[in-house]
Amino acid sequence: MPRNASLISVRKWLAPTAARAVGLLLRGLGRAGTTVPGRVLLAIDPSALSRISSRLGAGTILVSATNGKTTTASLAEAALSQAGLSVAHNSAGANMAGGIASALLHAKHGSDAIGLLEIDEFWLPELAPQLKPRAVLLGNLFRDQLDRYGELDEVLDRWIDAAIKLGADGTEFVLCADDPGIAWLGLQLPTSLVTWFGVEDTSLALKQLPHAADATSCRRCGSPLVYSAVLLGHLGHWSCTSCGLTRPTPTFTVSEVTLHGARSSSLKILAPSGTHSIELGVPGVYNAYNAIGAWALVTTVGVEATVVASAFTAAQASFGRAETFTVSDREATLFLVKNPTGANEVIRALSAETGRLAIQFVLNDGVADGRDVSWIWDADFEDIASQVDTVVCSGTRAPEAALRFRYAGVPADRISVIGDPRLGLTQLATTRQSSLWILPTYTAMLDLRSTLADEGLVERVI
Amino acid sequence: MLPKPTELRVAVLYPTLLNIYADRGNIDFLRRRCEWRGIGYTLVPVGVGDSLEAGTFDFVYIGGGQDRDQVRCGEDLQGHKAELLGDWIGQGKPLLAVCGGYQLLGEAYTGPDLSIPGIGAIDARTTQGDRRLIGPIAIRTNLGGPTDGVLAGFENHAGRTVLGGKTPPLGTVLTGHGNDGSSGQEGFRHGASLGTYLHGPLLPKNWWLADWLIAESLGLAVAELAQLDDSLERAAHRVARSVAGAEWADAPAF
Repeated sequence: MPRNASLISVRKWLAPTAARAVGLLLRGLGRAGTTVPGRVLLAIDPSALSRISSRLGAGTILVSATNGKTTTASLAEAALSQAGLSVAHNSAGANMAGGIASALLHAKHGSDAIGLLEIDEFWLPELAPQLKPRAVLLGNLFRDQLDRYGELDEVLDRWIDAAIKLGADGTEFVLCADDPGIAWLGLQLPTSLVTWFGVEDTSLALKQLPHAADATSCRRCGSPLVYSAVLLGHLGHWSCTSCGLTRPTPTFTVSEVTLHGARSSSLKILAPSGTHSIELGVPGVYNAYNAIGAWALVTTVGVEATVVASAFTAAQASFGRAETFTVSDREATLFLVKNPTGANEVIRALSAETGRLAIQFVLNDGVADGRDVSWIWDADFEDIASQVDTVVCSGTRAPEAALRFRYAGVPADRISVIGDPRLGLTQLATTRQSSLWILPTYTAMLDLRSTLADEGLVERVI
Repeated sequence: MLPKPTELRVAVLYPTLLNIYADRGNIDFLRRRCEWRGIGYTLVPVGVGDSLEAGTFDFVYIGGGQDRDQVRCGEDLQGHKAELLGDWIGQGKPLLAVCGGYQLLGEAYTGPDLSIPGIGAIDARTTQGDRRLIGPIAIRTNLGGPTDGVLAGFENHAGRTVLGGKTPPLGTVLTGHGNDGSSGQEGFRHGASLGTYLHGPLLPKNWWLADWLIAESLGLAVAELAQLDDSLERAAHRVARSVAGAEWADAPAF
């Protein structure tokens, strides 16, 4: 064996061991090792992703979207696990190269091993070819972190290029028919590779396209799209009156959504296997999309409908997505907010609450949040302004968060600025309201969760 | 003496296409600050194919958009709208053009795979750079006010705008990139007509500029506007300055 070859094989053998050791060390220090071990792995062995994923007997499936990646993947994980598969999953939402490699480090070998990876939308075109997925779910593309991702059209164009190449290798696609951009992507692929999902229940349709809606012109001819129903952002029942491009007919649909305030919902699902009713421990129309997408995805890898239905009903809210805990005898719920459309769905869920709202908005401007906090002005905080009892604004950009609520119409004497998130929560818990609603951006959620985990109020992940 | 005007009429050009960086924040900011002072407020949305009528507005706002949408707006502006806006800016009347909207006022925005017509209302040309200029920015204008003319915000643009001799800049770059990343110039100013790359909700981060624009549009001095409690606005400005690395050293305590 040439000397180089043996060195390379030593590196390949050593890389996972070294990376795992770093993970153990970090956990020993009380830190969550969601990204660093994977970075170590990739530094030593840049081909690690393709090497490890090729050893997963049941293959790898990917989930990407602007909103709903973590919840969709977490629902899929519940179904795959209940079906008896051994799932390697980046459950903490660390969805760039390092986080994905970290998750694969824990992958088992064998025929029942499957990789379930949520991938950052910007990283998808680079990482997907290395992971050689058997199926990819693409949920939606919304305006998000323009400072990091660039314009929406550019992200979609990169996705289309990547999807065409993956399709040529036989990767299946599970796509949201209600997003005109995602639909346009799917129409470039062989129909045999595409499974469409969507929401049919139009009783929850919005009166008009929200201000933050993006894809309102036809990808094929540039004419304005018309909607018979707008369900969420620019998702809905759309068509182009000029060239005739129209929403593909989905085979997996939610035919009925019943919202139970801001905490849970009931869904009726129509799939090729029949009609199924499920109770979901998360609220809102956006989670109806996440659930039906996850349902279609796990069906493509052979999970039975009865297994999916019971797994979804039992699934817990995932990591900062409608996660509930008790603080100062009050029930607090964490809702991650990171872009206008996601925030609008949280606002919509909160507007379904009958009591007055006690809210903490934790606005950070870290790289993972987007350094640019402009997006808060695109979200429709006006829709809950009249329900607000108290709003405490925290985080690195707390004053601008407070301004947003003031200009949305919340009286100044109901708004306070307390930069430190934990102190802000303590202040919020002095309100008369029995429910507290905490809206953190991504790094704010990690920081606050970590503090709460130190106090034993929430479970530490990993 | 004429009675003081009691209504601000704001023409917003292409509110659905040029709104990518939360341009609505600027509009809502102006509206609330008028409402809180008892000044009437009327929004005059002007979309593709709509006409812009002289005498129906006191102030013009043009936001930023994706390239694809900006092409449609650039084409729609040609003709009557271009003529009217050219006169408006020529007389230095109140206008705020942000990012893409600012680019459209110049001669053209061109690049290897891009050609967006402008209206030539200002002496400026924009070409596409090979990378986007992104990040927090602070500039110094000569508009005075409580921050001594300093504006803070965020920029994210591929365009490099170079001003000709007939159009002066809005300010000089303290930190960040500005018009082209090298001249040290940012935006343009002709009287009360302003253009800038400080995108999206520029006014919430710079409350005094909102008041300056309201006053100019109503033909008043800023001091004639009713005082508001601006403690949150000042705090937001201070943080935006700090993020841009241009601390507001003499900021009053909040």
